[in-house]
Amino acid sequence: MEKIERRQFIKLGLFSTAGILVGSFFAFAKTEKDIEVNSYEDLLKFDWGYIVDTTRCIGCGSCVRACKVENEVPEGYFRTWVERFEITKDETVYVDSPKGAIEGFNRDNAQTAEIVKAFFVPKLCNHCYDAPCIQVCPVGASYRSPDKVVLVDKEHCVGCGYCVQACPYGVRYINEEKGVADKCTLCYHRIQKGLAPACVNSCPRNARIYGNLKDPNSEINKVLHQRRYGLLKPDLGTNPKCFYIGLDKEVK
Amino acid sequence: MDTLSNYIFPNEFHITWTVMIVLYPYITGMVAGAFIVSSFYHVFNMEKLKTVARFALVSSLAFLLFATVPLLNHLGRPERAFYIMMTPNFSSAMSGFGFIYSFYMIIVVLEIWLSYRVEIIDKYNKSNGIVKFIYLVVLLGNANDNENTRRFDKRLVIALASFGIPVACILHGYVGFLFGSIKANPWWSTPLMFIIFIFSAIVSGLAVLIFLYQFVHWMRKRSIDQDCLDLMAKWLWGFMIIAVTLELMEVLSISYENTERWAILRQLIDGKLKLSYVYLQIGLFSIVPFIMLTITSLSKIKNTKVKNLTIWIASVMLLLQVLFMRWNVVIGGQLVSKSMRGFTEYFPGLWDKEGLIVSFLIILVPFVLLYLFDKVFPFFGEKSH
Repeated sequence: MEKIERRQFIKLGLFSTAGILVGSFFAFAKTEKDIEVNSYEDLLKFDWGYIVDTTRCIGCGSCVRACKVENEVPEGYFRTWVERFEITKDETVYVDSPKGAIEGFNRDNAQTAEIVKAFFVPKLCNHCYDAPCIQVCPVGASYRSPDKVVLVDKEHCVGCGYCVQACPYGVRYINEEKGVADKCTLCYHRIQKGLAPACVNSCPRNARIYGNLKDPNSEINKVLHQRRYGLLKPDLGTNPKCFYIGLDKEVK
Repeated sequence: MDTLSNYIFPNEFHITWTVMIVLYPYITGMVAGAFIVSSFYHVFNMEKLKTVARFALVSSLAFLLFATVPLLNHLGRPERAFYIMMTPNFSSAMSGFGFIYSFYMIIVVLEIWLSYRVEIIDKYNKSNGIVKFIYLVVLLGNANDNENTRRFDKRLVIALASFGIPVACILHGYVGFLFGSIKANPWWSTPLMFIIFIFSAIVSGLAVLIFLYQFVHWMRKRSIDQDCLDLMAKWLWGFMIIAVTLELMEVLSISYENTERWAILRQLIDGKLKLSYVYLQIGLFSIVPFIMLTITSLSKIKNTKVKNLTIWIASVMLLLQVLFMRWNVVIGGQLVSKSMRGFTEYFPGLWDKEGLIVSFLIILVPFVLLYLFDKVFPFFGEKSH
């Protein structure tokens, strides 16, 4: 066997490390295929859905921070947040989400009790098929886009707050500065260009997946075909489009 | 499983509908209630109510004119308020608001105009110059007054009043429906809500009429039409029984069904709403006036001064009962987190845009308006000097 020189060995090692790094960057990159939206008909090819994998979330709060920056979410309000559930041996449930988990979590909730089960649940607008917020908007400012994202027309909203009352998930708020209703748009400005929503993009654990439900080969459909999932408050008939993998019955 | 942490969703720290939205159903309740009282006279020929019939009608308008003020003060974009009529989304319970409100306003204004037409013609004949012209404009250029016109006007008033009763019920029942149809809110979501709102509206309408009628007569040291007052007190007694029973039945049925929502509502009633709901709305302001009105309605009290004072105090208490009921519905419902695990806090500031001082002013203005109207067209005949 030919003896490799020390210098050559280091060179090989460096190159292969760089190769793995660059390769994995492309392999795990979350950008979807380029999307071409030129007409109304193009929009009809999409039905944007969302998956939250609660088994993967570590409660770091990156998504909350990314959303805040990307969408200029006002102080004290949230388009997305992360909840922490801690269930103790005597089946007591502790839930919290300090500042929407924008700074993550401290070990400060159920300190004394013995925790037997704990998990994080990110929350955001469910973009329901039968959204009560759209139903109750008196002026039609809350609407569903052709690609099935629930949006608010800020130029038309009167700020009555009826949609905030009607949403069972607490994802809407009144933007006090603008005087209109506000909520998660699934980063509509990004997904139209083929970019992932800020929260999906910033998640270090791939706990958030988004995609086109109308495309049978999309990642979201693959995951939905493989995994068992639940919906939030399904009894209210809102038909949410945000699918929760590993949903616990304590999550409402 | 127990929930130890008082968890609410992070967007729920500020409640969306403030005390302004408490005032709106309170004021429209008085509008609808007062109108129904005036219709008792016009449509059902209750002659005893003649004394207050026109007063009730004008009170209804005075409150109606200011019913939208708290809403406009609350809207994030009040300059867009008319979008509700220009681009209504008919799947929304709220979209009909502008139309029902305007329609009702037209009915009330027409009815008042017709029932005051004779007085306006009289003023027109006695006045000169620009004032005379103003009266002519108000009369729409027609100053004819004879047997035929009076008969025709009366018939129109009856038609409007009978048409107005269902519209008044719709106006207010519909406000109840706005709340009752919100499935996301466990404290609001009940089909009983709009019926409760209609009956509580009649209670507040009757109560405010009794309150004002006696107050004005005491201030002016004039004798009270006892038959009229007794009848109104009896009606108040009857309607408050129905209203309070319905309010209690609602809670009873939720507790008996014992579904998930009772777990949280029980905590609400026993916690945040203990004072305003259990002690004040039900305890002090329902049971006490019920006993007072039972006594004045069933027993023969010879001393009318004591009797009338009792009725007056009961009517004031019932006005507060309805105010607390609105508070407990509107604010109480929002205190419950949609996480079903906790409660938020709310108390209006004193000087805030949607605070207590502003609320007090909004409530006061219709009374000032009534006072001014009385200067031009005295409700209870000319003042004795």
